[in-house]
Amino acid sequence: MSDEIVLKTEDLTKHYGGVHALEGADFELKSGEHVAIMGDNGAGKSTFVRQITGVEQKTRGRIWLYGDEVNFAGPLDAREAGIETVFQTLALADDLDVPDNLFLGREMTKWNWLGPFRLLDYKRMREATVAGLERTAVKIPNIRNTIRNMSGGQRQCVAIARTATFHSRLTIMDEPTAALGVQETAQVENIVRQLKEAGEPLILISHNMRQVMDLVDRIIVFRRGRIVANLDRRETDGQDVVAYITGAKTGADYAGAA
Amino acid sequence: MTDKSHGTGGLTFDKSKRAWPNEFNIFIALLLIIFIFEALGQLLPYMKGQSMLFDFNTKRDGTILNMARIKIIILQVSIIGIIALGVTQVIIVGGIDLSSGSIVGATAMISMSFAQTELVNGNPNPKAIFGSWAMDLPIILPIAVGLVCGVIAGSINGLLIAYTRIPPFIATLGMMVSARGVAKWWSKGNPISFPTDEYAAISNGNLIDGLTFGLFSDSWVMTQVFDGQNPAIYFLLLAILFHFVMKYTVYGKHTYAIGSNEDAARMSGINVAWHKVMVYAMAGMLAGFAAILLTSRNVTAQAGMGFVYELDAIAMAVIGGVSLAGGRGSIIGTVLGAMIFGVIISGFTYLKLDAFYQEMVKGGIIVAAVVLDQWRQRRAAMKA
Ligand SMILES: Nc1ncnc2c1ncn2[C@@H]1O[C@H](COP(=O)(O)OP(=O)(O)O)[C@@H](O)[C@H]1O
Ligand SMILES: [Mg+2]
Repeated sequence: MSDEIVLKTEDLTKHYGGVHALEGADFELKSGEHVAIMGDNGAGKSTFVRQITGVEQKTRGRIWLYGDEVNFAGPLDAREAGIETVFQTLALADDLDVPDNLFLGREMTKWNWLGPFRLLDYKRMREATVAGLERTAVKIPNIRNTIRNMSGGQRQCVAIARTATFHSRLTIMDEPTAALGVQETAQVENIVRQLKEAGEPLILISHNMRQVMDLVDRIIVFRRGRIVANLDRRETDGQDVVAYITGAKTGADYAGAA
Repeated sequence: MTDKSHGTGGLTFDKSKRAWPNEFNIFIALLLIIFIFEALGQLLPYMKGQSMLFDFNTKRDGTILNMARIKIIILQVSIIGIIALGVTQVIIVGGIDLSSGSIVGATAMISMSFAQTELVNGNPNPKAIFGSWAMDLPIILPIAVGLVCGVIAGSINGLLIAYTRIPPFIATLGMMVSARGVAKWWSKGNPISFPTDEYAAISNGNLIDGLTFGLFSDSWVMTQVFDGQNPAIYFLLLAILFHFVMKYTVYGKHTYAIGSNEDAARMSGINVAWHKVMVYAMAGMLAGFAAILLTSRNVTAQAGMGFVYELDAIAMAVIGGVSLAGGRGSIIGTVLGAMIFGVIISGFTYLKLDAFYQEMVKGGIIVAAVVLDQWRQRRAAMKA
């Protein structure tokens, strides 16, 4: 693990009118590192993700990606900069099939002079999809099937395979296993381990303590819109983390936080 | 080896999970409806065993088909069918367009006023709208004017819907009323008549004969199939074009994606607002083209033209399996829907039912199509 900083935020803040959903978040992620974000529902975890990925415009604060300050105008900007995200609300189009969803918004095309009417290169997209699914060992009976006809786990796998198909500089997963069964969860966790082996950095939002303890290097705890703890996985345990989540404890560096 | 799909990453192909294309069902419905009419022709005593689509005895048109009636059915649905091609795209993107009929009216008046001929039988055109500068213009001009009018009206729909977030129903309802107003205001309610011969030939000529340089003028196909069928030929060509556009281009894919899950489309970086403007503009352009065909065919334009065409077009799409919830449907489906629509309407004429029954039944068909769509949606939701 080199010491290059993948992602850094300073004073990252988001207010929705009077709701201070995210307040002064200072965050750092090192190259190859896997970090979990934990916290109660409504703690601001998803809000944090939406600010980094350009889905929403931050109220205040600065963001650096690999040392360069970034100001994403939209999600496509973030994706082009190499951030792949599995959003909590799955960003899949139900009526389209797997390759369509994997390449939605960045289709492989030919005859590009036709502008918006340029032709889709279905063959190449299918091949890339099969390759991406093979890499992640995701099981999908038929990639030509529409998402509507798939189980929750398969959908989640499609969303995750999307991040794995594209060479990403940072992967973010927002509660990827919240709705999954045991086997499906194991499959997602395998994908996470593969990312780790490949040295790709990850931010994982999860409520699953066992999963977090199994998978990540570091745990960040959010409470009421603020970061209240930054814990090394090897120096903490489940009870300790829960204490931070519930507010029984607050990290030494964060004494000022609520 | 119980789980072959593992590790092959989607290479396995589960036949049982392959969906039976909805278009097959619609085609079967079309055949079924034809069969019902044919059966009624045999069973109802007053019909005296007449057939709707066949002509076994006289073979008047050189085949066992009743070409005259088949051509009328196709011609009848062609112009509204062209509108339905645009409406299909609008519904797939998750919207609705109630303005197409009025856009036809306004475009009919405006484009016709640039298609007039100066002298009618040696006398000045009695219906002249403009001075002689607008007379006998090259045919490309009224066509361009008509298409541009449609695009403008459609773009206004699209801009309102995409950038002010007015529901499509309201925005296009406003356009429906306003565009009809434009149609009436344009010539103070007077009909506009006497177009140039070239303009009249858009619908009334024989396009295929022209394109083949008259080489096959005397052939059966030319005289029995293509003659007088220009609107149907345009319908077919446009249907093929848009089938291709919807299935094989980025425009089509994004249209389905937005209708399927607008948030997902936005998060994937699709410019949803701009795409909607394009789709509504496309629908407007097709309505404009329909107006050109209609005025050319009737060699006159009237402010009331295209009245409630929007509902017929929506009905064709919905009968053809286009889901009002967005994201689902196809051009092929809509073409089949148009055929079903045409067969039912002329089936009623064939059964000698009065025109007011036809209207009542048409209303019923539209409602039935929507009910069917709701039912399909519920079934789809249960599966998901
Ligand atoms: N678009 C929004 N408008 C107003 N409030 C919001 C919006 N999105 C989230 N919030 C609020 O911000 C807080 C943090 O939400 P969120 O980031 O989704 O929490 P988490 O993902 O940690 O469960 C919550 O109180 C939520 O109600
Ligand atoms: Mg959340």
